[in-house]
Amino acid sequence: MIDKANLETPVPRLLRGQSYDRREFLKAASLPCLAAGAFLGAPRAAPLFAAPATESDAQFIREAQFYEKLAYKKIKCKLCPRECVIDDRERGYCGVRENRGGTYYTLVHSRVVTAHIDPIEKKPFFHVLPGTLAFSLATAGCNVNCKMCQNWEISQVRPEQVRATYAPPAKVAALARENRCPAIAYTYSEPVIFYEYMMDTAQAAHAAGVRSVVVTGGYITEDPLKKLCTAVDAIKVDLKAFSEKFYKDVVNGELKHVLNALVTIRKLGMWSEIVYLVVPTLNDSDQEFKGLARWIKSDLGPDVPVHFSRFHPEYLLKNLPPTPLETLERAKAIADAEGLHYVYIGNVPGHPAESTYCPKCRKVVVERVGYTVGAVHIKNGRCQYCHTPIPGVWG
Amino acid sequence: MVIGRDPQLRQSGASLDSDRLLKLLDRVMQATFDRDNPLEAWRQVARPGEVVGLKVNCLAGRGISTNVPLVEAICERLQQVGIKDIVIWDRLNSDLESARFRINERGRPIRCFGNDTLGYEQELSAYGSVGSLLSKTLTQVCDAVISLPVLKDHGITGVTMALKNVFGAIHNPNKYHLDVGDPYIADVNMLPPIRAKIRLHICDATTAQYEGGPSFMPQWTWPYNGLLVARDPVALDYTGWQIIERKRAERGMKSLKEMKREPAYIATAADANHRLGTNDPKKIEVMEV
Repeated sequence: MIDKANLETPVPRLLRGQSYDRREFLKAASLPCLAAGAFLGAPRAAPLFAAPATESDAQFIREAQFYEKLAYKKIKCKLCPRECVIDDRERGYCGVRENRGGTYYTLVHSRVVTAHIDPIEKKPFFHVLPGTLAFSLATAGCNVNCKMCQNWEISQVRPEQVRATYAPPAKVAALARENRCPAIAYTYSEPVIFYEYMMDTAQAAHAAGVRSVVVTGGYITEDPLKKLCTAVDAIKVDLKAFSEKFYKDVVNGELKHVLNALVTIRKLGMWSEIVYLVVPTLNDSDQEFKGLARWIKSDLGPDVPVHFSRFHPEYLLKNLPPTPLETLERAKAIADAEGLHYVYIGNVPGHPAESTYCPKCRKVVVERVGYTVGAVHIKNGRCQYCHTPIPGVWG
Repeated sequence: MVIGRDPQLRQSGASLDSDRLLKLLDRVMQATFDRDNPLEAWRQVARPGEVVGLKVNCLAGRGISTNVPLVEAICERLQQVGIKDIVIWDRLNSDLESARFRINERGRPIRCFGNDTLGYEQELSAYGSVGSLLSKTLTQVCDAVISLPVLKDHGITGVTMALKNVFGAIHNPNKYHLDVGDPYIADVNMLPPIRAKIRLHICDATTAQYEGGPSFMPQWTWPYNGLLVARDPVALDYTGWQIIERKRAERGMKSLKEMKREPAYIATAADANHRLGTNDPKKIEVMEV
C-alpha cells in the first residue's frame, strides 16, 4: 500500500557514504538473464499481455506446499485461511496456484513482475536497519482484494496477464548483494501467495549474507507462518482495520486470522511492525483506534511499532478523500495515550511523527524526513542518551 | 424461455447428431422469436455488418463444454443471415483447444481465440462488489454476443449457466467465487458492455452434469439432449437450476441448499438493484418444443 511500486519514486542518495542512483542500478542489474528494462519496469508500464502468455513456462512452476489432495482430483489449499477447495484445472482465490490433475502448483516461482531498490523505510520498516536499501520484488497475485489497493495492477491479476521476468533465488540474492542491499523485501503484492519462491529466495539470501523482510497482509495459516518465521528476519503486517465488518466489506477477508498471525509472529520472536492505513469514514473512529491500541498492547506488547498511514484514493475507493492529517494525529494521540511506545504517522513526509523517539527520555533516536534517515542515536540497541533499550534489528 | 429436446440427439456415450442438432436449434430459435422460419429468427439476433461473438464455455475440456457441432450449427445460421464476421471466444486459447476448437486468430469469416490473444482493457469496470478489466474481445471486437454456456453443477456457486458464463469476459474471476458467488455473479452481469452486448443465451444441455462441476465428472452427467434458449439469463438460470435439482433428487442426492451452495445469485440478479431478468416461476413461460 504505502510502499507503492513506482519507478518514478527516486532512489534516494543514500546516507552513510553510499551513493546510488537509478541509472547506476539499472546498469548493475542488467544480468544476462534479466532484461533490465522488463525486470525493473513499473507494473503500470507493462500492458496486460504485452508479452506472450507464459502460463506454460515450466521455469515458473513448482509443486505448491501446504495443500491436501482430495477425492476426484480436487485439492484443498492450506496456505491461507481461505482454504480454497479447487477443482482440476482451476485456481484458488489468489489466481496464482493451480490444480493440475490433482496436484497443486504455484505458477509464480521466480516470476517477478516488478523489482526496485527502495529505502527500507518505504516498506515501512522503521526499526530494521534504518537508512539502508531493500531489494524489493513481487510476483503477480494476492489472497485478498482490498478496495483501496495501490498495486492492484499486479496484485489483482493472474501471472499470465502481466509481463514477468525469470529471477531465480540465487540471482536475486546476488543482485541484492551486488547492489549493497542488506535485505530483500518481498512486497508490493502479497508474498504469502508466492510462498515457495519467498522461502527459496530467503534461503539463498541468507547464504549470501543478505536478510529477508516480508511485507504482508498477514493472511496466512499457522504452519506456513511458523516455517516462514524460521527463514526471514522481519515481518511487517498491513492490518487493514480493527473490525470484521471492514475486513468483510473492503478486504474480502476476516480480521481474526490476521490477529492470530500477529500473535504467532510475536510469540516466535520475529521482529514485526504494523501498518494501519487510515481510510476516511471506514476505519477511522476513535473507538476503533482505541480498540486497536489496547489489543496491541495486551496481545503483542507496547514495543511493536504502529504506523498510521495516509490513504490515497485508488482502485475501487476513488470516491473517498485522502486521510486528513488531523485524523492521523488523532489516531496517534489515542495510541500514545494507550501506552504504545512507537507510534508513527506515515505518508506525510516531514511530519515529526516519522522519527523514532526514546519512550523514556523522549529524545529523537532516529531522525527521518520522508524516506531519508538523518541522525541515528541508537548504540547497541539502546538510546544513546538514556540507555533505554530500543527494540528492533539495528545491525 | 424455450427448452428444446430431442431424445435421439445423443445417446449416452455417442457423438452428437449434427443434423438433428441443427433441426433442434431451428425449432428453439423459431419458438423463442415466434417466427416460422429459422433464418427470420436469427435476423432478430444480429444484423449484417455486425461482428458476432459466441461466448462458449470450455473450462472443463471436451467432456462438458459447449459442443463444437452446436457452435457450427449457430455459425451456419448466422452466415446464412449475412453475418460475415464471427468470433468464437472464451477465457484461454488452451481452454478452447481442450474442447476441440481450433484457434484461428485472423482468418474470417469465423475466428476463434481466447482472451489471451487480445488481452484486457486497462481501465477498470466496476459495479457493486466487483471491479474488473474486461476482455478486449468483448469490448473492442464484438458488436453482439451470444452466450453459449453449458448446463451443469458448480461446486462453489451451485450451478453455472448463463449468468456465470460471463466470468470468461473478466480478468479476475477467481475473486468472485466467495459466498456462493453472491452478489458477484449478478454484479459482473451489470457491467455495461456485458449487459449491452449479450443478446441471446443458448445453453448447451445436450449433456448436463448435476454434481462435481465445474470439472467434468462423467459419473454425474446425463444425456439431457436439449437446448435452453432465452433472452433473459435469470430465467434461463432459474429454470436450469430446477432441472439440476430434479436430477439430484432423482438420484437421491441432497439439494444444493442442503449442500450450502444454493445459487442465491440468481435471485440477486433479479432484484431491484439488478433487474437482469426474472426468477419468478410464475412469470417464466417455459415453452417446450
